[in-house]
Amino acid sequence: MKTSYDIIIIGGGPAGLAAAISAYDNGVKDILILERESSLGGILNQCIHNGFGLARFKESLTGPEYAERFIDGVMDRKIEYLTETTVLSVSEDKKVTAMNVDSGVFTISAKAIVLSMGCRERSRGALNVAGTRPAGVYSAGTAQKYVNILGYMPGKSVVILGSGDIGLIMARRMTLEGAKVHAVCEIMPHSSGLKRNIVQCLDDFDIPLYLNHTIINIEGKNRVSGVTIAEVDENKKPIKGTEKHFDCDTVLFSVGLIPENELSKTAGVSLSPRTKGAVVDQTRETSVDGIFACGNVLQVHDLVDFVSEEAEIAGKYAASYVLNGKQAKKVVETNCGANVSYVLPQKLNVNSNENVKLFFRVNKVIKNCTVKVCCGDEVIATKKKKISVPGEMETALLLADKIKNLSGDITVSVEGEI
Amino acid sequence: MIRELTCVECPMGCKITVKTVDGVNEFSGYSCPRGKMYAENEIVDPKRVVTSTVKLSDGRVLPVKTDRPVSKKDMFSVMEEINSITATAPVKTGDVIKENVFGANIISARTVK
Repeated sequence: MKTSYDIIIIGGGPAGLAAAISAYDNGVKDILILERESSLGGILNQCIHNGFGLARFKESLTGPEYAERFIDGVMDRKIEYLTETTVLSVSEDKKVTAMNVDSGVFTISAKAIVLSMGCRERSRGALNVAGTRPAGVYSAGTAQKYVNILGYMPGKSVVILGSGDIGLIMARRMTLEGAKVHAVCEIMPHSSGLKRNIVQCLDDFDIPLYLNHTIINIEGKNRVSGVTIAEVDENKKPIKGTEKHFDCDTVLFSVGLIPENELSKTAGVSLSPRTKGAVVDQTRETSVDGIFACGNVLQVHDLVDFVSEEAEIAGKYAASYVLNGKQAKKVVETNCGANVSYVLPQKLNVNSNENVKLFFRVNKVIKNCTVKVCCGDEVIATKKKKISVPGEMETALLLADKIKNLSGDITVSVEGEI
Repeated sequence: MIRELTCVECPMGCKITVKTVDGVNEFSGYSCPRGKMYAENEIVDPKRVVTSTVKLSDGRVLPVKTDRPVSKKDMFSVMEEINSITATAPVKTGDVIKENVFGANIISARTVK
């Protein structure tokens, strides 16, 4: 087999596929995608619900349909890929060590690397939920794989902790397949999922959403037999006397996603404590020259449409790095101002002639708000929004001529009615 | 009769109240024309695209969807129809798996060789 490529892409999900197509269309044809599952497409393969592609294609596709458009794009360009291949490490000098059944352990090198490994779900262990350790406790995504890929139901009587989108989607899916979903508990005073999922997955089926509630006990010897939930106070401590009990055989956790950056660490890539993903500039280049990151491994997105958009940026600049080599950069930082939990990219190269879209999230629900991007006292971009919520990523466009003239770090803030 | 809806047109999630007197609907609580249109559709005949899976004869699972929205009240009947289907590979995305199920066709959402 070949031992070197211009670009190696780690992960063949939506980010990796879009990055590969973009790199190819920007002039680099010698590309290899490495994917650990048996088919390309990543998590989209098990997301059989619709609503994907509304922003990008102006139509509502299912996950497999959205993936197929990009898989077809990779096939049309005859871009090389290996499935059932697990990457073990990535080094700072861009050597990738991987293994599969055909080749055993092997090392290949690249001129540029795109990290697109996606994210994984937070588990019960991460939350330390009290109770016994019976069968029937799953992450929502695991249950989704059972139902949609393997074709079996993991339970019949369900309580869901966390109102993340996958949990909401699974509440509907399990209900349609004949299970009874008793409740969705959310410890925060607002849902972390998209509004349309609350309406179409819970309200449509009269599934109650308990805000400010958490599970305080999971019961059962061999199999889950029930859970107790309780309301929480402002410090997220359960309030005595508010307990409710549900008999059930299954508990699903939909309590957040964590970018899967183990390989980024082996490459020495600096990570942001805010996003848990790499620190990047607007080209999505990490702290290591020629290593780029995009998609959910960089920041957890709500919409795959944005993943594709971000991956196209990473792919384009990975190609540029291969063709033009390292470029001199002059960098300023992007900081979080009032009510903003993170801003991406974290760095801006001011030696640039292109507009930059900043992605950020607010940390609380804010109505009639104004988004401001400032450099010192100067406002370099602003926009008004009727509402901004933590569950939906926000954007702000910086114009190229503003970026060129930046004298220092910039700050993104959102102020309005809280 | 009074019904409460949550608008899904944007993240505002306006609570729209629909008051029906002698068959005439009165809407309040929306803050834009899109909200009113959403509420009108929801109150008359709410429709949803149903997505699910069917068995393939070789044991694999094929994702499918209705090619147009069906009435919300028919969703479980559509599911019953879907669960009675066994399809055979190869199948292409968009292939009709079963025709005219509550006014929609069940179509494949994946290409399987």
